[in-house]
Amino acid sequence: MDATDVTGLGAVRLDEVVPARAPWTAELAAGEKLRIVDLEGNQAVDFLVYDLHEPDLRYDAAATMAAQRNIFLTTGSVLRDGDGGPLLTLVADTVGRQDTIGGACSCESNTVRYGHHTKHQHACVDNFLLALAPYGRGKRDLVSNVNWFMNVPVDADGALGIVDGLSAPGKHLEVRAERDVLVVISNCPQINNPCNGFDPTPVRVVVHR
Amino acid sequence: MPDDDTITPGPAPGTATVLGARDHARAQVASAAATSAPTQPTIPASAATDLPPGVAAATVVWDETLPLGGYASRVLRRGVHLRIADLTGDTNVNLVLHHAARPLERLNVADTVKLQWNAYPGGGSLLLSDMGRVLATILDGSDGAVDLFCGASNAAAVAALHGTSGNHSPTPAGRDRLLVGLAKHGLTRRDLPPAANLFTTVRVAPDGALVRSAPTGTPAAVTLRAELDVLVTVAVTPHPLDDRAAYSGGSVRLTAWQGAPAGPDDPARTASPEAQRAFENTDDVLPTLPGES
Repeated sequence: MDATDVTGLGAVRLDEVVPARAPWTAELAAGEKLRIVDLEGNQAVDFLVYDLHEPDLRYDAAATMAAQRNIFLTTGSVLRDGDGGPLLTLVADTVGRQDTIGGACSCESNTVRYGHHTKHQHACVDNFLLALAPYGRGKRDLVSNVNWFMNVPVDADGALGIVDGLSAPGKHLEVRAERDVLVVISNCPQINNPCNGFDPTPVRVVVHR
Repeated sequence: MPDDDTITPGPAPGTATVLGARDHARAQVASAAATSAPTQPTIPASAATDLPPGVAAATVVWDETLPLGGYASRVLRRGVHLRIADLTGDTNVNLVLHHAARPLERLNVADTVKLQWNAYPGGGSLLLSDMGRVLATILDGSDGAVDLFCGASNAAAVAALHGTSGNHSPTPAGRDRLLVGLAKHGLTRRDLPPAANLFTTVRVAPDGALVRSAPTGTPAAVTLRAELDVLVTVAVTPHPLDDRAAYSGGSVRLTAWQGAPAGPDDPARTASPEAQRAFENTDDVLPTLPGES
């Protein structure tokens, strides 16, 4: 798909650009699809999803990985809640593999990874907290997340880390809601590792049938 | 639970009256079934025997053996050491940690692997919170058999494999057992993060596949050291990738004793710049936590 062309997607309900470093939320009705387009390339999109009506049932990275017996998400992967129920299905992925082991950056984890001087940089956990607040939700509701467009390999000896991305301008993915859900995005503001090419950029989000 | 039938009371003559029922109840503790039951707490804990080398009985604060399907949750003071022993060599243990003073802070498996640049914790590895602090150090005995990816099983998956699940069933899911443990400390499913698994080796293949190794059959133990006051919650349930037809596992012994947290020169602290800063963050919060020192 041309990154600017949403014709042919069916009924488009929402078509927005999430600015660099910003949070974003949307409620998806069962059957609706969310397309996320990496406009400028290698922009990590931290992502959580909750059952809209029962938000304690939320994305569970472990249940998702264990059910598919693979750490990478790609087309066909089912994002599951803690009880194993399907929240979203990944129906398109032009990158080929997506991360769900690397978690979200936080002010606090940044200090451990990069030094105490990074404490006051903006971070994904702050975005998640801000995005969830209007729903009466907060830190208790934050769990290991999905990182769209982020590349986290695990070497044979267990060495693990965020490395240069596999994404590129115009690459996209699409999830289909298996029930009514709340999706939460932090358009990652990290500037200390390659997840955003050291330069956070906007992404496009399109909700359609 | 699988072991409950070892303490099933016998026929109960005389339980038609209150005093008769009382006598019957009081007689049970002296029964052979009670005194020989392998899965129970040692009370007082300081009466525990068969302790790790160098551990004085007087310092033991918790000693309890759980059956397959069992769970436990308990607050450990900073510095306390907890040995978790797989007595059969074919058992998986689900583990979560919360900061006792402030359970909003809890084990974060993603930060644990990311901040240490390694997916397979071993001796000296840290179990990190979502606040860049050290909840516990893995002191020894893990042999890389700590899985931070697959979490605890859920009832739907267990029922699909074993036909039934639920706390009341012989095949409970890890998630359900952990939730009971958390509930006893006022916590709910909102507070349950992805769990760690002990005694199960899982490796990531080049294509991302998660591969579980067969059980060793050799008893093993992991010792954790609390670096903050922590609520430790464990459940003894099969690993989510254990697809054997039998709900498999054995008893697990938990033994905790008083000790000191990581000192300034502790090898776990000096192992890496990331470990150093995680301990710095831990030390930094102590003066502002009431009751923690």
